[in-house]
Amino acid sequence: MIFLAIVNAVAMRGVTKTFGAVVANHNVDLDIRRGEILSLLGENGSGKTTLMNMLSGIYYPDAGEIFVDGNPVSIRSPKDAFDLGIGMIHQHFKLVDVLTATENIVLGLREKGRLNLKAAADRIRAICDQYGFAVDPDKKVYDMSVSEKQTVEIVKVLYRGANILILDEPTAVLTPQETTRLFAVLRNMKAAGNAIVIITHKLHEVMEISDRVAVLRKGEFIGDVVTAETDPQKLTDMMVGRAVALNINRPEPKERVRRLEIRNLTVRNVYGVKALDDASFDVYGGEILGIAGISGCGQKELLEAIAGLQRVETGSIRYYPDGDGGSATELVGMNPLDIQEAGVALSFVPEDRLGMGLVGAMGMTDNMMLRSYRSGKSAFANRREPRKLAEHVIEQLEVVTPGVNTPVRRLSGGNVQKVLVGREIASSPKVLMTAYAVRGLDINTSYTIYNLLTEQKMQGVAVVFVGEDLDVLLELCDRILVLCGGRVNGIVDGRTATKEEVGLLMTNLRKEEAV
Amino acid sequence: MSTPAVHHDPALRIVKRDGIALWKNWLIRLIAVLFALILSGLFIYAVTKMNPLDVYKSMYDGAMGTSRRTWITIRDTMTLLCIGIGLAPAFRMRFWNIGAEGQMLVGGIATAGLMIYLGDSMSTPLMLVVMAVASLIAGAVWGILPALCKARWGTNETLFTLMMNYVAIQLTSYCVALWENPYGSNTVGQINQQTRAGWFPEIFGNSFTLNVAIVLLLTVGMFLYLRYTKQGYEIAVLGESPNTARYAGIKLSKVIVRTMAISGALCGLAGFIAVAGSSHTISTSTAGGRGFTAIIVAWVAKFNTFVMLLISLLLVFLEKGAKEIASQFNLNDFASNIITGIILFCIIASEFFVNYRVVFRRRKEVGPS
Repeated sequence: MIFLAIVNAVAMRGVTKTFGAVVANHNVDLDIRRGEILSLLGENGSGKTTLMNMLSGIYYPDAGEIFVDGNPVSIRSPKDAFDLGIGMIHQHFKLVDVLTATENIVLGLREKGRLNLKAAADRIRAICDQYGFAVDPDKKVYDMSVSEKQTVEIVKVLYRGANILILDEPTAVLTPQETTRLFAVLRNMKAAGNAIVIITHKLHEVMEISDRVAVLRKGEFIGDVVTAETDPQKLTDMMVGRAVALNINRPEPKERVRRLEIRNLTVRNVYGVKALDDASFDVYGGEILGIAGISGCGQKELLEAIAGLQRVETGSIRYYPDGDGGSATELVGMNPLDIQEAGVALSFVPEDRLGMGLVGAMGMTDNMMLRSYRSGKSAFANRREPRKLAEHVIEQLEVVTPGVNTPVRRLSGGNVQKVLVGREIASSPKVLMTAYAVRGLDINTSYTIYNLLTEQKMQGVAVVFVGEDLDVLLELCDRILVLCGGRVNGIVDGRTATKEEVGLLMTNLRKEEAV
Repeated sequence: MSTPAVHHDPALRIVKRDGIALWKNWLIRLIAVLFALILSGLFIYAVTKMNPLDVYKSMYDGAMGTSRRTWITIRDTMTLLCIGIGLAPAFRMRFWNIGAEGQMLVGGIATAGLMIYLGDSMSTPLMLVVMAVASLIAGAVWGILPALCKARWGTNETLFTLMMNYVAIQLTSYCVALWENPYGSNTVGQINQQTRAGWFPEIFGNSFTLNVAIVLLLTVGMFLYLRYTKQGYEIAVLGESPNTARYAGIKLSKVIVRTMAISGALCGLAGFIAVAGSSHTISTSTAGGRGFTAIIVAWVAKFNTFVMLLISLLLVFLEKGAKEIASQFNLNDFASNIITGIILFCIIASEFFVNYRVVFRRRKEVGPS
């Protein structure tokens, strides 16, 4: 131990964890200090979450030691972690929808005596007042926004006496405004002497919130630096292991050709609520049309309606194979097979990659033929072409896989997306729709995808890019359509619009009809 | 902050395997069967104080002791396998068809009915074709009904197919009463015992050659169908993810109905084989629970029809052996079922060791660094 007064809240020494042949963490040394916000930075698959899961008792290390306040400990379960004051807020919330905030917070606690919800609610209010949370203890979880649910998760951890908090990608689901609020709360908690770790791969947030940054790369600890003494470029180089250019190339569109004409499109979701309300806009070949909006504002329904996967209530979607002057095909009322058979060159990279775009249990070859297996008259499926295509995609997009027959769900997230995008681009589309194409991908793969989309745009493809990161939307897209509550709330020029402008359109529905 | 003192390293941990060599895979299963035999031996000894080896020997005698017994074992293996083959496409599609029992029975009814009513009116080959087609259709109808309701209204196919079993059993009871022979026996008796019309003919001096030929043909056919055809691909995609299937433009209702028609038809054909090719009669026990046993066959073999052949053989072998020891050693029939249970349990449990490794606690150096 260091002989001065600083005893690390947590010290991990030589921690190693493997899953089968995959080394998730190798010989990691990490210090977590009180009164400090530590960013744990690393690309996807670099082992950030695994490392923290070993602190929160979900995994048990294969080798190495963990010290809490200088004492060696063995954390075998989340209960052990709580006993040590360690609490983790996971990316996917673990709340019971039909219970209130208070009920969720006390759930699973084995306190002596009778359950006193009122006292618990009072304690929750006290915690909220102390740190500046806004949460109503009596509100049911199903009535809460994503940000409120996250707040409940944080309060739950504090309620259990945690003073070492780990947040796994807390901002991934928040709007810019909500993120600002979260950061304010985190600063309050830091000031109160808690140790805070946030796992993230968003560099500007690292710079904004943290005091120190620890970088992991491929499961190994690369080093830690004081945030004030570094910058995003240096951090990226540490993270990736070599210099990476951090700007997206956005050439001017060459020749814009109208491909899709969407008029007065209204779609109801499974609950009968209007998910998309009277949306009208055009999609042009040769440009990238970004679609911004808080999640659940009709993005999914919009793309699925165009792809023939969603029943349309009213409105029309017309496809122009030869541009404006030529004939048009009405897509409303068609299913995906009809659309394919009508010769509409439409590709779709859905949000749920393994649940919709691919079959996780199948290898790359079988996934390549998903949309083309019908070709030819034979009753037998031809796997020779798909196999060639799989090998081509592996080579072109540098997919890391043991072989073309390895089930794609065993690949990392980035490689899964490369398989999906590779297939969709291979069918030489005229319209290419992508939903959250870089969600969960590391910097390198994200830039690979951006470049692919830009390449498609320059070949005259109409690219629709539904995104969540405003910085990326503003750097990548030629025009940005902002959805708010299922309505088109504005279409802005990607080159001139500001983040604030788009953020405002996302949250405030304009009274007058949009452009 | 108090440090909990009682936290020890876990004594053993379970680690997922990253793939497994084929020989290891089979070795684990072989060990499972051996382990099961030892376990059953202990059980036999505990109950009867008899030498388990003697008991196993007589089990073998019961299943393979004479040429006739061997052929009966093969015949029943084929029937069980036929049902398993029928179930494979449905389960591959994750459609829980537990109605093979009923589908087989209606196939059997169709066969028996034609045997009785057609009598000697046509040549044996023609009659066999007519009966086979009828049993295929009958089974298909029994399979399509739950599929249609599932495709249209999203009904639960597990309950639906199960209930169809009871309808089929009642229908069989009715037919047995209708075709009762001799009067008052409450059985149908051997149909066409004199003329042997509609019975599987002897080929190469054996009356079960046709059973083997039909089922082996189906074994190969279903293997190819599931693995190499476009329809087989559609079934696999739909089974893994209905959403992906929709995305790929696969018509879910069409595939569900088509696949269940095939599944039901093949189970119906098993009824044809059981009636025309083996018992030459029909009763409510014609299926005799084999529609359920075949579920195990299909799943344990992971729908590989050639592995299903082995599993069917093992199960029938055990059943015949169990009957034999029940009579020879005065062991209760149910006691011998326990042996079957132990063996199946061990085979299924061995899956765990195929997918996971168990790691024991290692000593590790202590003291802060």
